[in-house]
Formats: sequence, structure tokens, C-alpha cells
Amino acid sequence: MAVLSEELRAKADEIVARYPDTRSAMMPLLYLVQSVEGHVSREGMQEVADVLGLRTAEVEAVATFYTMIRKAETGKWLISVCTNLSCALLGARRLYERAAEELGPNAAHGATEDGRFSLHEEECLGACEAAPVIQLNFMNYDRMTEERLVDLIEACRRDEPPAASRGGVPSPFTTTSRILAGFGEAADG
Amino acid sequence: MAEFEPVLTARWGMDAPVWIDEYERTGGYNALRKAVTMDPDEVIEEVKASGLRGRGGAGFPTGSKWDFVPKDTGKPIYLVVNFDESEPGTFNNRELVERDPHQLVEGIAIASFALRCHQAFVYVRGEFLYPGQVLERAVREAYEKGYLGDSVAGSGFDLEVVLHRGAGAYICGEETALLESLEGRRGQPRLRPPFPVVAGLYQSPTAINNVETLSNVPHIVEHGHEWFAAIGTDKSTGPKVFSVSGKVEQPGNYEAPLGTTARTLIEGHAGGVLDGKALKAWTPGGSSTPLLTAEHLDTGMDFESVQAAGSLLGTGAVIVMDERDCMVEAALRLTQFYAHESCGKCTPCREGTWWMTRVYQRLEGGLGRMEDIDLLVDTGDNILFKAFCALADGAVSPVTSSIKYFRDEYEAHVTEKGCPFKTRAQREELAAVTPRGAGVEGSIPLSEVLT
Repeated sequence: MAVLSEELRAKADEIVARYPDTRSAMMPLLYLVQSVEGHVSREGMQEVADVLGLRTAEVEAVATFYTMIRKAETGKWLISVCTNLSCALLGARRLYERAAEELGPNAAHGATEDGRFSLHEEECLGACEAAPVIQLNFMNYDRMTEERLVDLIEACRRDEPPAASRGGVPSPFTTTSRILAGFGEAADG
Repeated sequence: MAEFEPVLTARWGMDAPVWIDEYERTGGYNALRKAVTMDPDEVIEEVKASGLRGRGGAGFPTGSKWDFVPKDTGKPIYLVVNFDESEPGTFNNRELVERDPHQLVEGIAIASFALRCHQAFVYVRGEFLYPGQVLERAVREAYEKGYLGDSVAGSGFDLEVVLHRGAGAYICGEETALLESLEGRRGQPRLRPPFPVVAGLYQSPTAINNVETLSNVPHIVEHGHEWFAAIGTDKSTGPKVFSVSGKVEQPGNYEAPLGTTARTLIEGHAGGVLDGKALKAWTPGGSSTPLLTAEHLDTGMDFESVQAAGSLLGTGAVIVMDERDCMVEAALRLTQFYAHESCGKCTPCREGTWWMTRVYQRLEGGLGRMEDIDLLVDTGDNILFKAFCALADGAVSPVTSSIKYFRDEYEAHVTEKGCPFKTRAQREELAAVTPRGAGVEGSIPLSEVLT
């Protein structure tokens, strides 16, 4: 089974057409694969190599460099907790540990067994005015507390995450990856 | 000094994001319409005369950079916008785009016109999902209104703008690593020369500019270089959006003229140190700039004054630490950041940052030795200026500056066999785990490293 359907192959061509040089489409294509698989498998890398006319190893070399291209199984809801300095000064370490306790040890390695959650210890998210800050599928939740974090996790167990601090309700990880491939702009409000 | 009128943040009181109708209603795109009636070189001269310097950290004169881009090589000229904001403590690019995206789009259009560039790329930090979506919509609106695409503002000048999402690598904010990434490669810096202005994207002449830098450009074109140069200091002209975070009452982005003192930013704009505590240390320009202390609070936040005080203006990101914060722990966390983000290309940076985290963990974990302090200094000395890019130099800043000003805290970690800012229970907990990346394959519990 191919990872990219015929329809997504057409999207892949659209991505390639954005650039003067085909290879520049590498990262958005990896995001496109991630939007299907929920992560990027070796088969996915082969298909990207196929589109770009490269060897799989060349794609793998790139995919393994970037943390947002997820090689491990990834949950529907990826929680990133910034623990860099501005957030650390305001208690981020404890937040991360609380998330790890709630989600169990597998979340930080890939995904929880039910495939619902992944946990990532994040570097500075560029939102230090709202420290400590976390992201749910790359949407920001400002001035996070342990209590709200636990509530957020509970809400995600029901697939009903609350709206982010800006930009509305986050999408599942696959849909988020489609946005990162360059398909999806901000709505009104 | 006369009351400062906000320039870059003038629309921040409006409903965010400011979409195109509101942007036009408040004078938006007038500068672009004016620019396309000028000779492109005239636009460059205007920006040069304004004294505008890059806001991404290095402070290179923007107009000169545009001047250095050769216009007659027969190769296409590219503008690459660096929206990979990820220097710890820095968050002005994000808010500039989230609130007023068209200000950046207009800046891109004017810069491209000046450069004779028909293809601009915006490298958007991957984690900036929503800001990227805002910018995507703003770009589409600008196309629909004829400010991008064929014949920009009816001028006959064509411009395509493409957004490109990064994927979680701090190093891609370094301009040559960014180019590698945009070309579909691992984000590893290139050796210079050749500089990107001569051989950048696809080996073509390329100007790389920061979001805040370009956001200044419409205002310079609209109001003229003299107006701009009257803001700030002689050599550091114009307004700056300073990001203030950490232990302050009101963290946030505050726009002020370059040269405004750190005291004004911290005690005035940001409401002072949290809980009325005493300030211990602060960064003037993100984590890669050497720490300063309370005695430096009257330093003007401009390129020259901060350098004279022994640090760098960087991105103008002020992170405040107070009397309750442990400087060894802060330096440890930042060193872990650089070790994590080192691209691995240069040995001093790749190995040095990793080994420094181990020494720091030993100190913080209570098994440090007095000679560890000089070992850190020595390791830093073997990293500084010995790598392809400035990430390595930045990694040394928190180490050497914290030792310079707070050596007594380092010594206390040795004599008290642990962090004096922590209880015994907290110390024991600390000795049991590796804080960053705990449990990740290949990581070793601190207790094993130490023995």
C-alpha cells in the first residue's frame, strides 16, 4: 500500500511546484507523509525520495535531523512542555514532570499504548511572556498550571481539547502535519 | 526626550490579527505604493541613510546588505525572511506577525522591489503553527489585492512569496543553516565566504532579513530616513521591540527607542522584579548574550552601549533572574539547550557543549570539585570562535558570564556538596535523574555519570 494516495500525489506535485529547485520540497513532503501516517516511516521516506528523485538515505538524513519530523509512533495529541530558562524560572520543570506522571513512561519515547498521547520536552517556544507555556499539537496554552494541564489531558482523552490561547481549537496531529505541509491558513476571529 | 510614539506596535491595540481591510484603512500599503514609484536604488539609499541595522542579533546595516547583493550576475536574486525565531527569551517576531502580519508582508514587498527580487521565501519556525497560518492568510490577501504577484501595486514588478515551515531546529535561525534547510538538507551552517549576499539560496545572490528588521522598512519609506534616524542613538537608530521575560511582574513585548535603559524596560515597562525581590542577573539579548547584573541596569539598550558593558544586544530579549534563582542551575539548563541544538558539524561545539552539561550536572548534583569551575572556563575557551557559526559562541556566554559574576555560587555548590538553593530532598531527587531528556534512549542517570 502506498502511503500517499493518488490525491496526495497531486498535493505533492503542488508542493514541488512552489520551489525553483525540487529538493526544497523535502520538508513539506515529509510533513505530508506525516499527515497520513501520524509519523514518518521508512516507506514514507521512500516515497518522498521517489517524488524528489533522491535515494532514501538522503531523505532519511534530513528526516532524522528535525524533531518535528517524528520517526517514532506519535499520539493523536502531542504535548510539548517548554522547560527553557524563562519557563523554568516559573516552574516549568514541575509541569513537565506532572505531564510525564499523568501520561506514563511511554509518552516521552513515542506514544502511549492507546496511541492517544505523546510528550515532548521542548526548547524555548518564543512565547516567554506567557511562561510557563505548553503546546498541544503546536498550539499555545499560556501561563499553564499543573491543574489546567491535568484538565487539558483529560479533555484530550475525550478528544475535546479546549481552545488554545490564540487560533482556536487544535487539530489532531495528522491534520496539524497537513497544515505544516502548507495547507491551511488562519480562519476569522 | 519627547514622548515616544510606537511605530512597529502601533496597531497592537486593534483586534488581532489586523487583516488587510483594517491595515489599509490605517495607512497600510501606502509605503509600498510610494516605493514602486521610486528607483530601486533610491529605496536602498533611503534604508541605508536611516541607519537601520538587523534586529536578528548581529546588527548588520540592512541597507548595506542590500547594496552588497550583486544585481547583474544574470542569476535570480532571492529574499529570504528569517522567521525562525527561537533564541531563548525572544518573542517579538511572533507577536509582530500574530498581530500585524501585513506590516511584514509590506516590508517584504518593498525589500524585494529594492533588491530586484522576484521570489521571496519566508522560513517560518515549525512550532509557530498559528503565526504561520496568520501569515499565510495575509499573503493570500495581499495577492488578491494586487500587492503581491503580477505587477505589484500596478508597477509592472512581479513578486512571488512562498512560506516554508521549519521543523524544530534552533540552528536553522543561523542564516546559512537556514539556507541549507530551505534547500531540503540538514540544517548545518556553511563556511563563509562566500557570503549569502553573493552565493546564498541555490548559490544565487540572497538577502536574508529578520522579521522585525523588515517590519521597519515600510515606516522608513513612508516617513523618510531622517525621521527614523531621529529615534534611538546615533549608531543604533530606530525603534526596537524588546522582549522582557522571567522574574518580572509584567512580562511582554515593549517597544522603545534603541538606547532605552534596561532599568526603564525592567522597572518601568515590565513592572519591576517579581514579588519585589532583588534582581540578580539578566540577559540583554537572549540566552546567547553574556549575563549582566544589577550594576549594569543603567546600560542603554543599543548595540554600542551593551557591548561596552561586556555583552551584546542580540535580539533585545531580556530574561530576568532574581535572588531566589540559582545561577549554576540556569547555566546548566542553557548549556543543555545548546548541547541539544548543536547541529553536530563542528567538534568543539558538538563535544564541548555535551561535556559541559556533564560538568554542570556534577556541580548541581553535589559531586562537583573546585577545579570544575576552571574546567568549564577552559572548555568554553576551546569552543569560543572555533566553530563555523555563532551557536558555539552563544553556548559559551552563559557559562563564562555566570562564572565571572557568580563564582561564589559555583564554589558554594562544591563546599556545600549540592545546590544551596535547594532542600536536601530536592538535591537527592536531582542526583537521581538526568533533567533534560530523562529516560530517552542513550541517556544515563546522573548518579551513574558521577560515580
